[in-house]
This record gives sequence, structure tokens and C-alpha cells, in this order.
Amino acid sequence: MTFQASPSGDAAIATARFGLGARPGELAIAGARPRDWLKAQIAAAGADQPTGSLPSGRDGVAAYLAFRAEARMLRQRASRQQGLESDTAAAQLEAGRREAREPLRQALLADILARARLAAATPAPFRERWTLFWSNHFTVSTAKPQTATLAGPFEREAIRPRVFGRFEDLLVASSTHPGMLVYLDQARSTGPNSVAGRRRDAGLNENLAREIMELHTVGPDAGYTQADVTEFARGLTGYSIGAERDGPDRAGAFLFRLNLHEPGPRTVMGRRYPQAGPAQARAILADLAADPHTADHLARKIATHFVADAPPPRLVADLRGAFLRSRGDLAVVAAALIDSPEAWTPAPGKFKRPYEFLISSYRAVGAVPADAGSELIEPLTQLGERPFAAPQPNGWPERIGDWAAPDAIVKRMDWASRFAAVHAPAGATPTALADSALGARLAPATRLAIARAETRPEALTLLLMSPEFLYR
Amino acid sequence: MTSSAGAAHGLSRRSLLALGSGLGLTLLAAPGLAAAGLSRPRLVVIVCRGAMDGLSVSPPIGDADYPGLRGQIAIPADQALRLDGDFALHPKLATVHALARAGQARIAPAVAIPQRIRSHFEAQDLLESGGERLYGATTGWLNRALAAISPDRGAGAIAIGPREPLILRGATVVQSWSPGGRSSPSLARVSNTLRDLYQSDPVLSVALACGLRTEAAAAAFDLSETTQARDARGLAVAAARFLAADGGPSIAVLSLDGFDTHAAQGAVNGQLASRLAALDGAVDGLKSGLGPAWSDTVVIVVTEFGRTARVNGTGGTDHGTASTMILAGGALKRGGLIGDWPTLRPARLFESRDLAPTLDVRQVFKGVLRDHLGVDRAGLERAVFPDSRAAPPVSGLV
Repeated sequence: MTFQASPSGDAAIATARFGLGARPGELAIAGARPRDWLKAQIAAAGADQPTGSLPSGRDGVAAYLAFRAEARMLRQRASRQQGLESDTAAAQLEAGRREAREPLRQALLADILARARLAAATPAPFRERWTLFWSNHFTVSTAKPQTATLAGPFEREAIRPRVFGRFEDLLVASSTHPGMLVYLDQARSTGPNSVAGRRRDAGLNENLAREIMELHTVGPDAGYTQADVTEFARGLTGYSIGAERDGPDRAGAFLFRLNLHEPGPRTVMGRRYPQAGPAQARAILADLAADPHTADHLARKIATHFVADAPPPRLVADLRGAFLRSRGDLAVVAAALIDSPEAWTPAPGKFKRPYEFLISSYRAVGAVPADAGSELIEPLTQLGERPFAAPQPNGWPERIGDWAAPDAIVKRMDWASRFAAVHAPAGATPTALADSALGARLAPATRLAIARAETRPEALTLLLMSPEFLYR
Repeated sequence: MTSSAGAAHGLSRRSLLALGSGLGLTLLAAPGLAAAGLSRPRLVVIVCRGAMDGLSVSPPIGDADYPGLRGQIAIPADQALRLDGDFALHPKLATVHALARAGQARIAPAVAIPQRIRSHFEAQDLLESGGERLYGATTGWLNRALAAISPDRGAGAIAIGPREPLILRGATVVQSWSPGGRSSPSLARVSNTLRDLYQSDPVLSVALACGLRTEAAAAAFDLSETTQARDARGLAVAAARFLAADGGPSIAVLSLDGFDTHAAQGAVNGQLASRLAALDGAVDGLKSGLGPAWSDTVVIVVTEFGRTARVNGTGGTDHGTASTMILAGGALKRGGLIGDWPTLRPARLFESRDLAPTLDVRQVFKGVLRDHLGVDRAGLERAVFPDSRAAPPVSGLV
């Protein structure tokens, strides 16, 4: 599977390791200067936006609240009708709930489809891969019903515009978006000595504070304590979401609620924060973003995602240095990744995650998915990576051990054969298709196996399941 | 251990002796004479991810501090399923409760991993790697235990779910299965070709071969009722079918998630209650799917850590320390509480916020591995749980 370093080899690496797999003709475009091709995809304006009439985060909050009100109404009606046969009442209640949930489900399906179509068709696949990395870094999962309508808007509104901006801005956008505030239970966290805390039985919720420190910024090796987490949680109180009574321009948007905010200075990781109001958590976020532990944590994570499960230390050092020197400019970090010689070793260090595997399959044949349920949610659920549904806030795991279990390989083969039955192109010879998908990375043994296949679908199945295609 | 297996199968015993190599009592007592259709011990580990709240799983109804600390999320004593005067089970754990009444389930109410960590992900790594501390471990204790069990016992393992959990990763090949699309006979040519293409890739070649074997085995029994990746009972039934089959694995691992209840945790009903109902369904699915093999089975239900003793400001609980472990199964010895109860008195709380641990998770794991699967203590402390001499196995579980 290895080959000599060469321009054509580098083009094959650029499309596979940095991109989302080559579409027909893409290798020629990446061409003799693959590094320039990749760097040209770094855009100050951020990532591309999926197209379609997709709901905003504020729509998402409103849709969820409407669903909750409807569900409550249904429950009350069901309990009034208790004279009825209880099975019938329960069935009616469930059917009603399902109907009420349908618009939420449709919104999520629309987001999943639009995002996959963008990834499958984009001529700037590195830009999209970089975006998917940050979206996974700041996971908002629909594993919670409250976030079903917010995960898509979160990615489009908080992440996409800022993936080539300053990390601090991305962190602040994530930490103030309703999607994250709901997912990590921040919106109602109440300072015990705040106006609201003194009035009623309410208090802190430290979930967001802990995950920002552990997952989004400095990482667990930074040596912070439970006291730091609690202090940060106190500082974050008041970061909340506007309700309808707060006025039409605030409903469903980030809102700082002073009456929830714990008064007084805070101390986090040895630094004192005397600020009042929203500026306090904002200052803590700024310091967390600039902390060298954050540079370490992110450098390792980027290198692990793009290059190798155990990334070369020099690559990690290159990325860390770029992050610190540029004060967290993610465009500079992306360029450093492209420039690091360690990122271009011919031997592939990464096993594609299911989403990448599926998207790169569409790209290989020049197609895009047309239906969210049957083409994306169903197969990706079976392969273990249901879109926007990471089971835990640390997002999808990165290493081969997570994705190459026996069942997973058989399922990929099964999916590949069903995909190939529909998508094997009638015109091209199978080996030409393999050349356009893998270029110099296509090994002679795979080429021969594809040439010997009995049917076009069988040839495409072998291409998609070849080691060169599964790894990048 | 399986005294029944040893006593009831004199024929196999003779045939074993006929092998004539110094096979000692260990092997005679060995359960996994699967080929001969003998009873053999099975172990199921259910990992509840997200930090399951032990104080709701097994509410300490006799502890005077419990209602005050828990407020709105306390499980009312009159609705909890009573185990004795001091402990009860959550109302959704009816199957576990019935098993406990029959002497087939016990709780350890205050267990924890060896390090005080409040990160889910580091704590799960430690729970599954079985280390004394975090080394960035890449292998799991259950995989290392497989190597320590004599191969004559035929003790393979299966992970249920699309991803292999750390607890089962390591040098010994383990099977995996999850619901969904299956390999069809028309793929025979493709899989033969792939076998050649994967020759120099140990990960892919082993995975493909093992996956196809599992497929073939699964074709022999009905898994049609397991179609949903989120149906805990269905997944458990599938696990049970593999474990019960002749020549099937002896160990299965399932993961349930959704236990990270920071807000609106609920009490008798609500968010946590629905996850506990799923857990109870999983135990029920194991019991019904295993059939007679249930009597050879131990089920361990474990989580990475517990949750704060006090309800937090949003009707939930934050990351804590000790939690409840449940043991169930027909192979279990009847008995009471496993480990001591530290009480919820303010002075006894760990860091003034969490239930304090009285037992290391590894002590229970070691007790089960030694007395149920026959891993000797030296093996346990050398390979399976290195540096664990200070955490001796709990005796009398099996």
C-alpha cells in the first residue's frame, strides 16, 4: 500500500488524507501542486454552508418548546380520558407525540441530508474535513431529545463561520450557542447567591464548565481541580437562552441573565476574575483559549484526526507552535498541518470513520445522497456513526480500534455491495474508476482484483473495501 | 464454581484424563467444555456509560440523610422496591428486584475505580483497562482475562454493538455483533478476494475472518427480534443467543448510555428512570435468552463513577465518586450487600460532596474472574489487573 513520494503520490494523499476522497477528475485538479490546492481551500469566511431551507437555532428552540407544550397538552388530555381503555389511551398518546415530534425529525433529516450533499459534492473537501473536525470537537449531540433541532443549527451558526478564525472566537460562539447551552445543561444553572438562587431552590450545574475545560480547551492533563470546575461553573451562571417573555428578538437566542449570575470574583486555575456579569466567564474563556495546555491538546487532536492514531511528535510540535505563535489563528494552524512534512508520509496512518467512508464512496462515483433516512441515517447507524448523534460529549472516537471490529468490517462490506449495486457507473471501466478515486495510492494487487471482477458492482465493492480506500 | 459441571460429567472427565498430560483439577473444574455440550460459566458485563447514579439505582432508604440530600429526586421509600430495611431498588428495576428476592441478584452500593477522577472518558478508560492508574492503556482487562483462562475452556468473547469497547480490546481476537444489514451469500466471491487483499493487514484480515464466522454462527439462531440499535432488551437477547449456543463465546459485553443526568434527572419517572427501565429490560433479555444457561451466568452491571450526593441546582446531579454495582445471574451465591455502606453523613462524604467508596471495582471483578471463570490469583494480579495486590478479590460471590 505504500509507494514512492512523488507529485502524483502527493495528490493522492491530498485528496484522501486531507480531503474526503477524490471525485472523478479531482486528482488532476490537485495536480502537481497539491499543497497549494489544499491551502487555497482555507477561507477567512469559514466553511461552506449546506444549502436548503434549514431552520435557525432560534427556530429550533421554538420548535422544541412547541413540541413540549403539545406533548403536555396530550398528556393532560390522556389523563382526563382515563375512563377509556388504558391501552387505547396510551397508544393514542404515543401516536400524538409522534405526530408532534415529526416536524423536529424532519428538520434534523433536512440538516443531515444537506450536510452530506455538501460533503459529497464540494470541490473544497479539505475545508469541509476541517469543519467536520471542529464540529466533532464541539459536539452537540441529538442523543438528548431537547437538542434534536439544535445540533444542525449549532454547526451552521457557531462552527462553520469560524473554522479558519481565532480559536477563542470559535470557543465563545460554541459556549454561547443555544445548542451547547441546552446540550450541556447550562441554560438554567443558577448561582446559589444570585437573585434567583436566593429566592428559590435552584443552584449550579457544572456540566458545561467541566466539559469546556476537559474537552474543548486545556484537557484533563492541565492539572485543574474540582474547585476550578466549580468556580468556572459559578462564573458561567447567567449564560442562558431567551424565552418568549424576554421579547421577540431575544427568544431562542443567547441571553445573559444577571439574576442567575453568582455575584463576586472567581478564581480559576490560579487566576482571579473580578469582572461582573457576562464579562467574567468571557475572560475565563479567553484565558482558557490562550493557555498552552489548549495548544497541546488541540495540536495532538488535529494530528490524530488527520494523520495518525499515534501522531509523529514533530507534527504535534509544528501544530502547537503555529497555534501559539498565531495566538490561536486556525487558518495558520491549518496551513501548518499542510506544510508539515510528517503529514505526507506515504503509508496511511488513519482508518476512515464510517461517515468519511460513506462520503468518500459517493465522491468516488461522483454521486450525492438523495434521501436522509435510507442513504445516511440507516447505514450510518448500523456502522456506528449516526449523524449528529455521538453518544457522549467527547464526540466520535478517532482510532482504528474504535471502528474496525469484526462486525463493523462485515457491515461495511454489506453496505458497499448494496451501494455498488445502485451506483456502479455504466460508462467507465472499473479500473479507470479506481484510478480516478485513488490515483497513485491504488496498489497493483487491488487493481488486478478489480480488473478480474465478474460484474461492475463487484468491482466497485472491491474498490470501496480495498485497504487503500478504507485507510487514508 | 461449576461443581455441577465437574460432578455430573464423569465421561468427559475420563476422556480428559485420557489426554494424559498433567491436567490438574483446574481443568477438571473447567466449565467451558463447550464442545462436549457441558455447562460452562458465562459472564456478561453491562457498562452503563455517563455515570449512573447509584443513589437512585439502589436508594439507601434506611439512611436518614438520603431524603434531605436528594430532595425532589429522592426515590420515596414507599415506592422503592425493598431489598431489606436499609436498601431498595429503583421502581423500574423490577426484574433485578425479583432476581434479588430469589437470591440471584446482589448490590455493591459504594464501589469506585481506583483513582478519583471526574472525567467520564478517563474514568471509563480506567474502568475498562483495569489499570491502577491511567497509562493511555490500549487493552482491556476482560481481553487480558481471556488469555489467562485456559484455552481448553473455549472461552471466547463477543462485543454487542457497532464499536468494540476498550474492555474487550487486546491481543485475543473477540467477536462482535450488532443489528443491521448482513452479509449475503452473493458476497462470498468478494469476501474471498478481500481475504487476499487483506493478507498483509492484521487488523482487517482478522476482523473480516472473525466477522464472517460470527455471521455464520448467527445464522443458526433467531436474531430477528433484535433490530434496533437502541433496544437494550433486544441487544441483550442477541448476546444471550450467542452465549447459549454450542461453541459460542462465554463472555459478552454490552454498553448502555444516557446516564449523564445533570438536569431534570427525575425520580420514580423521568430521564434516569427510562434508562433504568432499559437496563432492567437488558437483564430480563439475558435471562430469557439464556434459558437454562442462566444458571451458569454472572452479570455485572457497572458504571465509571457515581454522582453527587446532593441534588444540584437543576434537578439533576453532577459527577461524583462511588456508585452501585449490580451482580445478577443464576451462578451467583445468595447473599447480602457486597462491601460496606459508608453512610451519607456529612462528615463521611468524599470531598463533602460524593458518596465515598468502600470497595474497588477491581475487587469484585477479581472475585468473579477467580471464582466463576477460574483465573488464578497470580494471573489476576500479573496480567489482568496489574498492581492490584492491595485490592484483594471479594470472596463468596459465586
